[in-house]
Amino acid sequence: MSVLEVNDLRVRFRVQSPLQALVRGNADPFIDAVRQVSFSIEEGKTFTLVGESGSGKSTLALAVARLLPSAEGSIKFNGSEVTSMSDSELMDYRKQISMMWQNPVGSLSPRMKVGSLITEPYKIHGLNDRDRKAEGRRLLEMVGLPAHFSQRYPHQLSGGQARRVGVARALALSPKLIIADEPTAGLDVSVQGEILNLLNKVQDDLGVSMFVITHNLNVVRHISDHTAIMYLGRFLEIGPTDTLFAEPKHPYTSALLAANPEPDPDALREQLELKGEVPSLLNRPSGCEFHTRCPFVQSQCKDALPELAGEESHHYRCYFPIAE
Amino acid sequence: MSKNVLTIRNLSVNYQTDQGTLQAMRNVNIDVPKGSIVGVVGESGCGKSTLISTIIRLLATNADIPNGEVDFEGRDILTLSEDEMRKLRGDRLSIVFQDPMSSLNPVLTIGKQMTDIQYRDKKTMAQKRQRSINMLESVGIPDPASRLNQYPHEFSGGMRQRIAIAMALQAEPSLLIADEPTTALDATLEVQIIHLLKQLQSTIGCSVLFISHHLGVIAELCDYVVVIYAGEVVEEGTVSDVFKRPQHPYTEKLLECDPANIAQKTRELPTIPGNVPDLVSLPSGCIFKDRCHTKIDRCDNERPQRIDAADKHYVSCHLRSPQ
Repeated sequence: MSVLEVNDLRVRFRVQSPLQALVRGNADPFIDAVRQVSFSIEEGKTFTLVGESGSGKSTLALAVARLLPSAEGSIKFNGSEVTSMSDSELMDYRKQISMMWQNPVGSLSPRMKVGSLITEPYKIHGLNDRDRKAEGRRLLEMVGLPAHFSQRYPHQLSGGQARRVGVARALALSPKLIIADEPTAGLDVSVQGEILNLLNKVQDDLGVSMFVITHNLNVVRHISDHTAIMYLGRFLEIGPTDTLFAEPKHPYTSALLAANPEPDPDALREQLELKGEVPSLLNRPSGCEFHTRCPFVQSQCKDALPELAGEESHHYRCYFPIAE
Repeated sequence: MSKNVLTIRNLSVNYQTDQGTLQAMRNVNIDVPKGSIVGVVGESGCGKSTLISTIIRLLATNADIPNGEVDFEGRDILTLSEDEMRKLRGDRLSIVFQDPMSSLNPVLTIGKQMTDIQYRDKKTMAQKRQRSINMLESVGIPDPASRLNQYPHEFSGGMRQRIAIAMALQAEPSLLIADEPTTALDATLEVQIIHLLKQLQSTIGCSVLFISHHLGVIAELCDYVVVIYAGEVVEEGTVSDVFKRPQHPYTEKLLECDPANIAQKTRELPTIPGNVPDLVSLPSGCIFKDRCHTKIDRCDNERPQRIDAADKHYVSCHLRSPQ
């Protein structure tokens, strides 16, 4: 059963005012930050989104949480349509999903103590029947922090501890889905493992689904069931994580896998180095949007955008997928 | 001695804080041989930035150096006057910072910034400009002549870091310090920048002190590696020695923790339990003992000495020392 189902989602941002667009004769003064995106998250499973900066990962997460309006497409949460929800319905929806923000310290109010921070969701959603102190202790214990941490301010926490507080706050309302934006960015390797183990444990204990955004492929392998690779707002490849790692079909996926320096000085890496940088959204390349950097580009790639192809759950958008 | 561009001996740095004296670095020894790339790896708060600030003599005002020497091309940097230091910086000794946006001046064009730093040379403006163009070309920026007139915000993150590298290498320094130059970049760009650094290093023939917490990058780029933990060097040696046969339990654990090293899919990733010790009230004995899985009684009271584990492979651990 899927908790979240996203179909053909499109998120647009206006880049010129109507007048500017008229003066410059621009018929379409928008950029598509997310385009033709479809995926679903099964109950108790983890879906990971991988992409370089500017590929639209965070925009997609915000659109799913309905913190950004979408232009087209549907988002279904437990069968009900999110895009047409009223404000009060949205309030209820947001009780069932929670966000872990990218910047762990920045997302905690510097003037509130940890105890108040992690129990604030109860206050916001009017759940006054609970003993907030006891709940605070329970949440801290769940994420492996000692109870006296509730008296600390965010600046007294280390990066890893701030992440744990973020997890505690996300768990407060026993959500069905947690959206985690770069949960390990900026953490040392020894601490990174702790946070990932914590997320895994939380999932095993509570059966919560997760939507994880990251650009660290090494992490993806150990936490996720399904993975999508995003480039310029589109999914280039989507499928079960194991399959994606073992048999990447899209050249971009395999370049990302190759771009992962291994801590082994003798490692012979597959040399599939990408040239250039991600093109601007203002100026999308024609045809397959990856053709400007693709090492295997052919003339067909420049003409028309390839459709999602593939079998069963593994799909990719490429005319010349990598053969096994 | 003359084989090293930079030789750091017995260097300690303290910070005076409200809580007391914070011993940020203690008795650090580092060698950077001529023409080689030395990686410094360590977690946040281990003293990587203090090390850089000491070498370029830009330490905070509450810092003092109780002992040690930093020998750069035969001169002790710590005893130089401010004037002499200025002559060194940006000429013989230059640095690439972590964040390329904040290290470039946003209100000046790239061309202005690149010609400004050539103030030492008695050349015409046209010559200086030509040199900047050549430099930009060598770091792979297309159409360098026209891009000189652009401002930093008109470049992407990867381009800006290339420009920062071009500026640092323009004077052909003998030592380049790179402070996590790829942290702010995406994976595909990271690989590009590493290859660029390696290629420029071999053409110019300078030495590089490369600071990072990314083990994979160090393995890819460096010849030697120095592992720092809580302000002490715990292990140093050639990259293949340290990565293949780590001698210190911290290095061992650090390598084990890197998810890239774990081939089997697992829900339970290895970690290093515990926290970095408080550097204001230092524990006695070994600095790593509280988090060490192979701790013995000796670790509690006696500080391990730097010992030779193999050829050019040093480690500070009681387990490796003969009784």
